[in-house]
Amino acid sequence: MPPMPTTASRPDHVLPMPTASRPAAGDMPAIELRDARTSRGGRVVWSEVELSVFPGEFVAVLGPNGSGKSTLLKAILGLVQTAPGALSVLGGPAGAANREIGYLPQRHGFDSTLPIRGIDLVRLGLDGARWGVPLPRLPRLPLLRRNWGRGDVPARSSERVREVIELVGAEAYAERPLGELSGGEQQRILIAQALVRRPQILMLDEPLDSLDLPNQAAVSALVQRICRSENVAVLLVAHDVNPLLSYLDQVIYLAGGRALQGAVREVITGPKLSELYGVEIEVLRTRDGRLVVVGQPEAPHVHGHRHD
Amino acid sequence: MGNPTLSWNPIEDVHELLSYQFMVNALQAGTIVAVMAGVVGWFVVLRRQSFAAHTTAMMSFPGASGAALFGLPSTLGYYLACGVAALAIGRSGGAGRRGRSGESAAVGVVQVAGLALGFLFLSLYSGVLEQLETLLFGTFLGIDRNQVLTLAIVAILVLAALILLGRPLLLCSLDPEAARARGLPVGFIDVGFLLIIGLTVAATSQITGALLVFALLIAPAAAAQALTPRPALSLALSVVFALLVMWLGLGISYFSIYPLGFFVTSVGFGLFVAAKLVRRVGVARRRPQSPESSPAAVMA
Repeated sequence: MPPMPTTASRPDHVLPMPTASRPAAGDMPAIELRDARTSRGGRVVWSEVELSVFPGEFVAVLGPNGSGKSTLLKAILGLVQTAPGALSVLGGPAGAANREIGYLPQRHGFDSTLPIRGIDLVRLGLDGARWGVPLPRLPRLPLLRRNWGRGDVPARSSERVREVIELVGAEAYAERPLGELSGGEQQRILIAQALVRRPQILMLDEPLDSLDLPNQAAVSALVQRICRSENVAVLLVAHDVNPLLSYLDQVIYLAGGRALQGAVREVITGPKLSELYGVEIEVLRTRDGRLVVVGQPEAPHVHGHRHD
Repeated sequence: MGNPTLSWNPIEDVHELLSYQFMVNALQAGTIVAVMAGVVGWFVVLRRQSFAAHTTAMMSFPGASGAALFGLPSTLGYYLACGVAALAIGRSGGAGRRGRSGESAAVGVVQVAGLALGFLFLSLYSGVLEQLETLLFGTFLGIDRNQVLTLAIVAILVLAALILLGRPLLLCSLDPEAARARGLPVGFIDVGFLLIIGLTVAATSQITGALLVFALLIAPAAAAQALTPRPALSLALSVVFALLVMWLGLGISYFSIYPLGFFVTSVGFGLFVAAKLVRRVGVARRRPQSPESSPAAVMA
């Protein structure tokens, strides 16, 4: 396994503050959960969850498989029920402001015969929820003009699509069929799709999964850069914290139906994780700064590098 | 119709072709059906719903035998059976929340249930189902004005529904989770599209027969999608190919003693093979020029 390139090759201007001070008390969190709980099929997935994510903050959601990481994102989208009042998204109830959320579900690649280019997918991010057909270069019929999504006129939409493709650095392959792109390239296109409507919240479900190490580092750096430059609140689900270590502000660690939030160094420690899991856990720090969690009840998938 | 012979003068041949009302009807019906099948088939191929479309096509058998049993017009039987099958596939978990992974089993069950029902109707009817061969393999003879008019109305309905659904349907096909997060009624759209498939298949099978619907529904769309990754262009190509299949098929079979279904299918198959070959050449030529983008470029 090659060493992580994150610390050595990172350009200066993306240098993160590993334990960024949290925003001032007067700021409103983009996402806030207070004593939240959710259940699926009669089983409680997690409960007593307290967390807050502020604009411009990059937060990773960690935890073993089945601990409810994806469920947390779905709860924030209002697709999974939580107790009323426990969850506030952009100051309102979950599901009320989904148009302000860029969401990238967990997925496993696109078929190579799909007649869709990267740029088409990004464009669907912009207007895919509108009824009626896209008539990009023709004068729009009055009947189809009514936008059921957002109110802006699509005159500048091509420009916005190009802009966001540039933001993620996908200019070179945006016009190629999606299915022919590598995993890292597809991931950047998907991030562009999630960003194209200038969301206030960006939620990515396992975007680093199935990427090789250099691409994991590159996508992590990209997400952090966007988080800062666009002032977006980012929630990123991952099974391995190491590629993200130098870019994160906070982590949310889900295990045993509970959650812990804080800086990496505060949360991923032996005592904290032992308390969360209810069994003895040891956290080892390698010489290059990577974290290895030992003694979890399940297979060590959380912090083990897995490439499939 | 006497003994039509090809004169090798295309204008004269087309002129002769159009001098018969039954041929004009066939061409009009064929054109309507081809446009509809080209557009709907493009989405069917994109969504990998060929099996659902195939099952819907099989439902013209219970449709026809049921119509015979209950004394209804057979066209009505087609539309009813195809519509019911579409709803059954949608309700049985083929579409919607559980995603398309569980679809094939549910669709298979709907298919055998429909065919068994058709057989039951046939036994109860205890007569001979006329034009069984026509039902399976299609005909272009004896299409009357009413049928053309009905096809036109169905086509307008289907195309209007697709214009309205357009982008959300595309988004749901590519990324149902994200579409749901955007507040789109994914389950409703899935069932709606199955109904569109049902209407289209019922209309198409009146010309191509139940067994050969795919020559128009799948082959042109698959060929078009193999040729270009641009959605709008491949959709347009799909319609052009479907028209080509239909017109060539009708033209050839008029001057031949062999059935329409064979020619329609052959032209469709030929197009598909040709498109796949062109694509293979294109991909082979493109691949060496497209190196993996280096991660360093993105970080900079």
